Amino acid sequence: MTIPRLQLTGITKAYPGVVANSDVSLTVMPGETHAVLGENGAGKSTLMKIIYGSVKPDAGQMKINGQVMQIRNPKEARANGISMVFQHFNLFDTMTVAENVWLGLTRNSLEQVTASIVAKANEYGLDIDPARPVHTLSVGEMQRVEIIRALLTRPELLILDEPTSVLTPQAVEKLFVVLKKLSSEGCSILYISHKLHEIRELCTACTVLRGGKVTGVCNPQQESNASLSRMMIGAEPPLLERAASLAGSAVMHVKGLSLPREDQFGVDLDDIHLHVRCGEVVGIAGVSGNGQKELLYALSGEDCRSPRGSIHMDEVDVSRMHSGRRRKLGLHFVPEERLGRGAVPTLSLAHNLLLTRTESISMPRFAGGWIRVRQLEAHAARLIKEYKVKANGPTAAARSLSGGNLQKFIVAREIDGNPKLLIVSQPTWGVDVGASAQIRGEILKLRDAGCAVLVVSEELDELFEVCDRMHVIARGKLSPSVPIAEATVEKIGEWMSGLWEPAGEVQHG
Amino acid sequence: MARLKLEARPQPSDFWSYGSPLLALLCTVVIGVILFALLGKDPVRGLQVFFWEPIKSGYAVGELVVKATPLLLIALGLAVCFRSNVWNIGAEGQYILGAVAASGVALLADKTTGGWIVAALLIAGVLGGMAWAGVTALLRDKFNANEILVSLMLVYVAVQVLGYLVFGPWKDPNGYNFPQTKSFEAVTRIPRLFEGSRVSIGVLFALLGVAGVWVFLFRTRAGFAQQVGGLAPAAARYAGFSSRRALWVALLVSGGMAGLAGALEVAGPIGQLTPYVPAGYGFAAIIVAYVGRLHPVGMVFSAILMSMFYIGGELAQSRLGLPKSLTGVFQGLLLFTLLGCDTLVNYRLRWVHSVAQPAATGATQ
Repeated sequence: MTIPRLQLTGITKAYPGVVANSDVSLTVMPGETHAVLGENGAGKSTLMKIIYGSVKPDAGQMKINGQVMQIRNPKEARANGISMVFQHFNLFDTMTVAENVWLGLTRNSLEQVTASIVAKANEYGLDIDPARPVHTLSVGEMQRVEIIRALLTRPELLILDEPTSVLTPQAVEKLFVVLKKLSSEGCSILYISHKLHEIRELCTACTVLRGGKVTGVCNPQQESNASLSRMMIGAEPPLLERAASLAGSAVMHVKGLSLPREDQFGVDLDDIHLHVRCGEVVGIAGVSGNGQKELLYALSGEDCRSPRGSIHMDEVDVSRMHSGRRRKLGLHFVPEERLGRGAVPTLSLAHNLLLTRTESISMPRFAGGWIRVRQLEAHAARLIKEYKVKANGPTAAARSLSGGNLQKFIVAREIDGNPKLLIVSQPTWGVDVGASAQIRGEILKLRDAGCAVLVVSEELDELFEVCDRMHVIARGKLSPSVPIAEATVEKIGEWMSGLWEPAGEVQHG
Repeated sequence: MARLKLEARPQPSDFWSYGSPLLALLCTVVIGVILFALLGKDPVRGLQVFFWEPIKSGYAVGELVVKATPLLLIALGLAVCFRSNVWNIGAEGQYILGAVAASGVALLADKTTGGWIVAALLIAGVLGGMAWAGVTALLRDKFNANEILVSLMLVYVAVQVLGYLVFGPWKDPNGYNFPQTKSFEAVTRIPRLFEGSRVSIGVLFALLGVAGVWVFLFRTRAGFAQQVGGLAPAAARYAGFSSRRALWVALLVSGGMAGLAGALEVAGPIGQLTPYVPAGYGFAAIIVAYVGRLHPVGMVFSAILMSMFYIGGELAQSRLGLPKSLTGVFQGLLLFTLLGCDTLVNYRLRWVHSVAQPAATGATQ
């Protein structure tokens, strides 16, 4: 019988107020690609941190290659053949690829490191130039750097935390080729995700977590999406119902918007034409870093340098208005960064309402208005209840919520403000299946109520699910729009690299 | 073998965010005792001088309040600044300019001037402090100059301005060439609260300031916007709160408060403009603000504590024959122990027993 590469038994870890892992057992065989599936907050990250030595379990045993081990820190984990690629990259923007990798390997010279990067890159088809500064890389390329860095330690067990959340469909395929080659060479892979189709394509074993407990061990290739999600969330995700769009008059009009970049690593916007009508959802697809951030800044009013006459809400020229004034006209916005932009991490949920809502403000002439704290908390409590946000009441700090729950709260806050136009960026990034379905459902409900919605997302599935029309953004230029019935993954994927026929612009003027 | 280990807390401890200043005070006292012992003085006597003498009589408490007032006023303004992520280190300069502007008005008074002159000189003090802080705001706003450096360097400019005036145009012609102005007319004196105590109406301004800053920070939308700019600048931009307005408000408020403190001081306990007006209140107030957790009520206590250190230092000089700089030593100790104790807000200490620890075999590779 083969000895398991990694065997966890009875791992338990409690934090004050929450049990992150309760009696979790997990077995990974050599060369196996093992999925750890679970919603946000199910305890996946804690479990991985325990394996990688950055968190110490309260109870339980860990065996590596049959030997009982206690990994006390990531350095020991690496020494025992465990490597991890985190969801958030640990790279220095101003240094080159080789220098970044070199940081962890002080014993070698930079030349040696460069040579070994090139060797690994060729071996696995991970195309990368070691001399390039990291800030010039795309997100997919940064991930390649992280993977190469992990591979250079010759791991026997590679942990990948939500690796595809930042990749295009094409890049995901490339990544899967690399992972399959690795596992064929005998390297075990722990693959953390909540994307069911990826797990079914890639993994041969799967441990499902829910509320810190193991709720199932299975071979995902023999399961259906429905059975997997039943193990994961205890129910099947609700199907979205879409009524036909009843698009009315245009709420927002963008005409020939060109805007030079604000920071040196940004993208220039080039002659953007766009309109959003009430009662329709318009989507913008694209690989991250192609001008989405800049376009959203310009549309939301966080960047109010747009040339006069380029952005209209109804008939009002809003190009130079800051976000507060645009909000008064009915433009609400859900940004992609929840902590620090959509919400202030250290403030309570109730106080975070004050960022965009003024219902609990009286006497607006006196120092911006008097805050009626009790009404504010009642308001937050109502949103928490109506949108089923898991939070410790209206006074809970924003950073104490999981990503999905905070996103639900922010979406609730903006939808509750009765927007004329709602702009949502990455509505379900890092959000679990149940919450994603809920958020998408709310977006469609809003559309049916006659609101105009603009969704910017890097997840094509999501855009196909909610949009009526779709644009693609590439290198700061926006494609003409295509009705969802005529859009295909191939066509949109092609447009993502900037290849669309310019004649299409007249179609939907 | 057991050892102590720092472990990150999942969320900051509420208990320690209030407990940390108290623990810091305790540590300061303990280190103080050791210090007295090393200096060959009776530690009990030393502590008495610092912590008992300043409160043992009504007069002593009055003196405590006299010193706490400017500290509290300046710290209140600084708290607004620091909560907005604007690092005004130059309150001392704004304090000096407040004193200078108030003196300018006070010197206009003669035997026939009415009581309105007090209001006029206080307003002048506020405007003087605001103008000095405004220079910092302007340079930061227009040229993105670092406000820490600008405000700090402006302190030394302010000292030179003061020096020029008292050595030059404002020097008392009958003052035997001492670098100071003539004593202000009696009518310019800040009204006192009681007979026999030096406590003036300044303390009322300070308490009013406590209430005002509390309301501004915790009950007005403008105050909320101000703090969001400090906590999460991107969120402030998202909400549409102006960062320029936050910068100007923060600096003008703190400049105005420091200027008011300067005016109260020069027309109160001092009574004339001398080169000794800058007593370090502007810098000590930074410690007051942090020990008081940037909270208006907390700063009342920390201002009193710092005031004790000032008085204790002077008493230690006269009673125990120790150098007056002991005040600075205690202020510094308090700040440093506070910074150390604040670790407990985000971390907890745990005894780790390394008995039942089978070490990872590969760890030594």
